[in-house]
Amino acid sequence: MTELAKKRPEFRNIHALKDLPNYRLPAAGIVSILHRISGVIMFLLMPFIIWMFDASVSSEISFSRFKAAFNSGLWFVPGWCIKLVALVLIWAFLHHLIAGIRHLYMEVTHSLTKEFGKSSAIATLALSIGLTVVLGAKLFGLY
Amino acid sequence: MSVNYGSQRIVVGAHYGVRDWLGQGITAGLIALFTLVVLAQVLSTAGPIGYDKWAGIFAAQWMKVLTFSIILALLFHVWVGIRNVFMDYIKPVAVRLTLQIFSIVWLVGCAGWAIQVLWRL
Repeated sequence: MTELAKKRPEFRNIHALKDLPNYRLPAAGIVSILHRISGVIMFLLMPFIIWMFDASVSSEISFSRFKAAFNSGLWFVPGWCIKLVALVLIWAFLHHLIAGIRHLYMEVTHSLTKEFGKSSAIATLALSIGLTVVLGAKLFGLY
Repeated sequence: MSVNYGSQRIVVGAHYGVRDWLGQGITAGLIALFTLVVLAQVLSTAGPIGYDKWAGIFAAQWMKVLTFSIILALLFHVWVGIRNVFMDYIKPVAVRLTLQIFSIVWLVGCAGWAIQVLWRL
């Protein structure tokens, strides 16, 4: 066995603090972990999502309260903070949707090459972040 | 680590495999299609969308039925996803089982709330 082969580190289990910060994750890996994180975010914010649905469809009065929450705030939470949470949800949904379509496409068409994994992962990141920026600018009234 | 009960089976495992994986993919496809249906109705609405137009989208009977199915699809989809997360990161059986019970209560509660909102429209 050569010297080089002997020195290769062996990961039985990666340590969150010691190994993860200098672990160079490929684009597909970034898409994968963000898919998971965006899913958990939407799981935790589900009451807020249903509150938005409830307030926006239930009545004229609740609809105006829904709109006011984004402009002048709700309870003790300022409007920009609600907008920021909504923006996080927009990103989480877009990323989860696009990464999910990529995942299904790869499974159905057996597009499992390293090259396609990388290029589709970069496209996923570009599309989800790009759309989030466009919708976020609209949400914060930049256009 | 989790204790095995019977051959290869742990009490907080996935009971094993294909049904959940396939179900998650299919519900994902349904949710994506539903997104398109809502988006198409929003984009085809002329002028600014006020309360009437927005609530009108969900008030149609076919849309209520469809939204109801999608809420149930989401319930299954999120349950499989969140359980997979717990299975990857939470190793002690007692903690994982507690989190799974919390998730079921959380999800069924959320689904009930969403269906209540939908059905009084």
